[in-house]
Formats: sequence, C-alpha cells, structure tokens
Amino acid sequence: MTSPQSKPYKVIGTRPVRHDGVDKVTGRAVYGSDLQPTGVVYGKIVRSPIAHGRIKSIDTSAAEEVKGVLAVATAADFPHLANKIAELGEGSVNLAHLAANVLAQGKVLYKGHAVAAVAATSPHLAEEAAQLIKVEYEPLPVVTWVLDAMREDAPLLHDDVRTNSMGKKAAKPSNVPTHIHFEMGDVDAAFAKADVIVEREFKTASVHQGYIEPHVSTAHWNQDGHLTVWTSTQGSFTARQQTAELLQIPVSQVTVIPCEIGGGFGGKIAVYFEPVAAILSRKCGRPVKLVMDRDEVFEGTGPTPGSFVRIKLGATKDGKLTAGEAWLAYDAGAFPGGMIGPGCMCVFSCYELPAARVDGYDVLDNKPKTQAYRAPGATQAAFACESVMDELAEKLGIDPIELRLRNAVKEGSRRVDGPTYPRIGFIETLQAAKNSPHWKSPLVGSNRGRGIASGFWFNIGLKSSASAHVNSDGTVSLVEGSTDIGGTRTSVAMQLAETLGIPAEAVQPRVADTDGVGYTDVTGGSRVTFATGLAAHKVGLDIARQMTERAATLWECDPAEVECVDGVYKTNGKSITFQELAGKLQSTGGPVVGRAAVDPEGPSNGFGTHIVDVEVDPETAKVTVLRYTVVQDAGRAIHPGYVEGQMQGGAVQGIGWALNEEYMFDEQGRMQNPNYLDYRMPTALDVPMIETIIVEVPNPAHPFGVRGVGETPIVAPPAAMANAIYRATGTRMRELPMSPPRLWAAMSAKKS
Amino acid sequence: MAQVHIPAAWRDLSGGASVIDVPGKSLRQIIAALDRQFPGMAQRACEGEQIAAGLAVSIDGGLTTRGLLAAVRPDSEIHFLPAIGGG
Repeated sequence: MTSPQSKPYKVIGTRPVRHDGVDKVTGRAVYGSDLQPTGVVYGKIVRSPIAHGRIKSIDTSAAEEVKGVLAVATAADFPHLANKIAELGEGSVNLAHLAANVLAQGKVLYKGHAVAAVAATSPHLAEEAAQLIKVEYEPLPVVTWVLDAMREDAPLLHDDVRTNSMGKKAAKPSNVPTHIHFEMGDVDAAFAKADVIVEREFKTASVHQGYIEPHVSTAHWNQDGHLTVWTSTQGSFTARQQTAELLQIPVSQVTVIPCEIGGGFGGKIAVYFEPVAAILSRKCGRPVKLVMDRDEVFEGTGPTPGSFVRIKLGATKDGKLTAGEAWLAYDAGAFPGGMIGPGCMCVFSCYELPAARVDGYDVLDNKPKTQAYRAPGATQAAFACESVMDELAEKLGIDPIELRLRNAVKEGSRRVDGPTYPRIGFIETLQAAKNSPHWKSPLVGSNRGRGIASGFWFNIGLKSSASAHVNSDGTVSLVEGSTDIGGTRTSVAMQLAETLGIPAEAVQPRVADTDGVGYTDVTGGSRVTFATGLAAHKVGLDIARQMTERAATLWECDPAEVECVDGVYKTNGKSITFQELAGKLQSTGGPVVGRAAVDPEGPSNGFGTHIVDVEVDPETAKVTVLRYTVVQDAGRAIHPGYVEGQMQGGAVQGIGWALNEEYMFDEQGRMQNPNYLDYRMPTALDVPMIETIIVEVPNPAHPFGVRGVGETPIVAPPAAMANAIYRATGTRMRELPMSPPRLWAAMSAKKS
Repeated sequence: MAQVHIPAAWRDLSGGASVIDVPGKSLRQIIAALDRQFPGMAQRACEGEQIAAGLAVSIDGGLTTRGLLAAVRPDSEIHFLPAIGGG
C-alpha cells in the first residue's frame, strides 16, 4: 500500500451535493414500501404473545379458509438445517439458529418471536387471517436480566448450548454460549503498585437501533425457480447468502435488489422477512410483500445488549495507570452470538495498561436476538471505563483530559487482546478537545456540569467490488455494491473522481443488485468509505491506465511518453482533457471499463473525544443538554459534511441511550413500550446543534488516509453525559438510562 | 519464526506460555506446528478445514479473511481473537 497522498486534493475535502440528494428530498427515491410489483400480495406475521414457551400446536386451517388468503407458512416449510455454520463475510452464523429466529421451531424464546406467516390479497385480509391462526403454547419461566440468566437455576433457553471458552467447550448446557478471557502481565502485582484504585459496577438497558424505516421485503419466486427479493438491507450479498442458505438453494438462484434504506445501524444485516416472503411466494406464485409495524420492529428485531460491567482501574499518584480488570456480561437475547467479543476488546482500548485482565460472557435470555448497533458492544464498555477514569481523575486531582493524555494509546501500544496499534490519532483528539472553544469556555450557572469521555471503534475492511465505464461526454458511470445509508455513493464517487482528476459531479454512482456487481460485504463496521472507496480508487487507476493508452494511440506514441496531471493527458507539448479524450474512445479502441475488487484486512481504528455541558433540574431530574462537541479522527475526511453528519448522528443516538432509551419489560418478559411515544428517542427539540471538530491523522493503510467514521461517535456519549451529570449534581450515575425517575431517585438517596 | 500469542484461555495447553515462536508459511502450517507442540490447540482453533466460528485471526495487525490459507512471514505476529462485526 502506498502511503497517503500528501498533495493538495481537488475533490477530497470538498462538499459537493450528494448524487442522490434530489431524489431523496423530492420523495422520488424508491424505498421498499414504494414497490408494487404486478400481482403483489401482502403478508403478515403471527408473533408469540409470551416470552418463553413450547409450541404445542399450530392450527392454520381457519386462516386458510378465508377468501383471499393465498398461502400460509410455518417453520415446517423450511428445510431442516442441522448446526450448519455459514460464513457471512462479517462473521459466521449458525443457520439453525437463524432459521429458528425467522420462524420459531418448537419453542418461542421472546415475546414477538415470529411463529407463522400468511399471505393474502390485501393487508387487512392478511391481518385478519393471521388472527385466525391458533397457536397453543406451554409457557415456561422467563428471564430477561443478564445476571439472572447466568444463575445455575435460571430457565434454560437451549438445551444444546454449552459454554465455549475460545474453543474449550463446557460439559453441560447453560445460558452462557461464550466466555472470553484476556490477560496480560501480572495483574495482581500491578494493582499492588497503584496508589489509587477505583472499582465500580455498571448496568445498561437494552436499546434499539431505532431506524425510521421499518423492515420491509418483497419476494417473488418465479415459475422458473428464480427468486427475486427487493429489500431494505445493509448488505445485499449477505441477504442473498442468508436467504439461499435458509432455503437451501444456490445463491445464483437468488437476486437481491437493495432498495433505498431508511437507517440500519447494524439492525438490517440479519434477515427476518426475506426467506419468509420467499416461502409464501413459492406457495402462491405471486410476489409477496411484508412490512413491519413499529411494535414488530421493537419486539421482533434485534436490540443491542443490555449489560452488567464491573471495572477496576489502578493508578499511581502521578496519574499513570498500573492495571485494569473488567468483568462484562452482555445479553445475546434468544440466540447465541451477541456483542461480548468487541465489548471485551474495546473496554480498555483507549489506554496503555501494563497489566490487565478481562472476562466477558455472552448470555442468553428471553429478549429478541441482539444485533449489532453502531460500534456494537463498545458503548456499554466505554460507559463503565470512562466513568471510572473520570472518578480516578477526581481522586488524583488531575484534569480528566490530562489523565487521558498521560495514558493514551499510540502507535505501538498493545491492546489487552494482543495486537498493537499502527499510526492512530487518539492523542490528537484529546489535544484538539483540550484546545477547543468548548473546553476553554467557562460553564456558569447552578445545577450545571461539564463532562468528557473518549471512545474507540475498530472499523473494518472486508470485501468490496466496483466497476465503472467512461461515457463519451466525459462522465463516468460507477457501479458499486455497498448499499448507501449515510451518503456513501458520494464519498465513494469522490475518490474515483479524485483519482481521475475530474469533478465529483462527473461521476454517476449507482448501487447495483447482486447480479450487477461483484461480491461486496455489508454496509457496516464503518467500512464503505474506507474499503469501497479503496475499490473506487483502484477502478480509477485502471481507467487512468487505459485512458493513457488511448491518448498514446491518438498521438501515435508510447504510453510511457504520456503523463496525466489533474485529468489532463500530455505529451511533447500536446494535451487533451479527460472529457475530450472520452469523446474519442470509439475511434481509439472502443469502450473503457475499469474494475476492481479489494479485501483490505486492517482495521482503520477510530478514536473520538466528546465534551458535553448539561443542566439538571433539581426538582424533576430532567437533564438538558446545553452544549455538545464531538472531536474525532477521520483519517482523511473525504466529504467533511458527511463526516460531521456521522459525528452528530452518533452523538445524538448516544445521548438518547444515555438519557431515555430502554426496553421496559414486565415480569412476564413483555416489552411495555414498543412505540416511539413510550420508547423515548431524542428529537431535534431535545439536543443543541452538535459541534464537531474533525481531526485528520491519515490512515497509513489507505491511499487517501481514510478511517471509518460512522460508529465511533456513539461510544463516548453515555459516559460523557454521566460525568457531566456528576458535576452538575454530585451524583454518580452507573446505570443507563439516566432517565428522570432513575436520576431523581439517585439524587434523593444522596440527599437523604 | 512467527510469534504466536497464545490466548489466555489456551495457556492450559501451553504450560502457561503466552508467546511462542512457531515455524510456518501459512496459518494452516502454524496451527499444525502449534498442535504438534501442544496437542489440542488445533481443536480449539479450527472446526474442520476452517477457523472456528466466533474466532478471528490477526496477522500483523490485520484480521485475515483468508482463513487457514493466510500467508505468514517469518517475523509475523499472530493473535487469536473473538470475531467482531460492525453496525
């Protein structure tokens, strides 16, 4: 890999209007619910009213007799899948578990678990018919709190799940599918060297990704056996593979057409509807469309784990950390495979620790299967670690930024899980925070406090494909496979434009379906601008090489005699622009098509530091966010406006997680607030304009220095908010959300 | 030889050793050599012809996507880690 270019850029760092902007603001962009294929019929899912139970029987006969009902499906319609593991690029999945989550097999494991499906000629008929499907359950005891689920006497969700400790399997079944253990150095001896030790326990509630667009899929199983799926997904190829694996048909028999997507944040990677719509379509011969209501989104799709975390940190009087210890238990929900791995890897990822020990547990309980949510697992861990760092700073009498600077990781620092960092920009974010107008400004007024916290997320690479062809008018049509959630069409197109020396507007990007582009992994892990951008850059190099050859043909010289500067091809006093040359392709050899496929393996390591001012109403404990600043290392901001948007969006989601958002369960494990009235997400009225400071420490593993930016900004907010609330009230909050009732109780307890 | 960092959970097999020099030009060869020295390691690291589900392997700071076919240099540093995804 060449080192990041240092020359001034023409396109990178500018803020062109996004290519899909007009379609989005005029409502013409096609989302899944806009699709109405000829002959489409409508599906409805029957969901479990209880959180845990055996399915004794399913009687679909009454529903099937309703006029207009065309098909009914249950788990019995799916192929039998033994414990087969499928690689999905970003990770592997147990297909039996995936299938049982799509439609329950034998047991229901959470309230809202899909049990059966029906297709009818109208949505209302489908809903009526769904109510006629009779399911008889044998209720079983329910557990929804992670520590309760770990008890020996807890109700067992699966009798075939045994604890796997990095390949060591336990003898008997339990609700703990995975135990992770990291250890480096002599931890006990290192704690003995500490002058101050802080050990605290933290809890976080389950929260949902909260995307505005509900899940929606339409499938048409054609008479020739080919299955077409239109869906809202973060990864069309991943959706294709999961669907094909669950139906046990070749991937070539499935085309997934990704629609525009109204948010995902990690929650639209696993399939829910796609295979069910396919089964219904195969049965009735018509396209079948399934759309979730909001309560189905909350109760039937993945929240992020609720958690319990215990952190212990030791430091010397001069503020050097000596040792760390962390114990983490995260919900997996109904099936194994939660977010405990990255939680364990991220918990101490910001700091150099001479010795550390981390134990993490993935825990099954009667909640929907947890799914990734923006830096999955890192926010819970950072809430704990960054709160303890704040308390340490206070006990040591050291400024909280200064304490972080004295211990911050840098190039060569070793993480507790082993690997060392390449060039990273954490120290630079701390310095930028320290020098920011926000940190330097006084905070005046009673009941107000300022907090700071830092956060880390790996960001990933994975596989991306892209191709492009040059049009005779000098534009370039770019085809890529990354579904566009956050403006990546533009950030990817800009990297192609920069490489070719043409304006961003001269590139016309399009997200293709699974038949229109090479394999591309999910839009997740903050990878698209990094990895698909790398693919676009390589497409540009391929095109530039061919254009150089065409110029040489035109001038009857050797390609080595042609140079290209900023999109102008030159030789011996002659020159031609990219656009002019594009008009001569047909007479110099025909079309020019560039292509690239990449598989970068390195993480791009994103760090951020957040500052927040809050005011707490002493009567009601309502927290008002007065001012909020996000500082983040973007490596190189391709489109600064979109980087700022990610920083702001992540911070607002983190503020919601900190202050209000939580799944509220009754004693039977039924969610009590599956709607946006009672599940309180922040709106524009709840937050100030989020200020942003982009730090640019180029990533050496990308030609333009790009680091992923989408996930890091959600990691620090809850800890930053908790630290600010402490300074406003004198009360340390160690449980999320810090909602008015919970904060009021803690403030009252402190007073009494 | 490549430097293999043994996960804490596997040190029962390595006699407590946390870092071991291992010969091999591919991850397959490295794991085979590890298993010869410390029987049982391969069973922890692999399922059939693949890296075990839920595990990832870091070679010189990058999480390899090439599984057992991943190339290893004489001075490579190797870690076995939990697999991660992203949102």
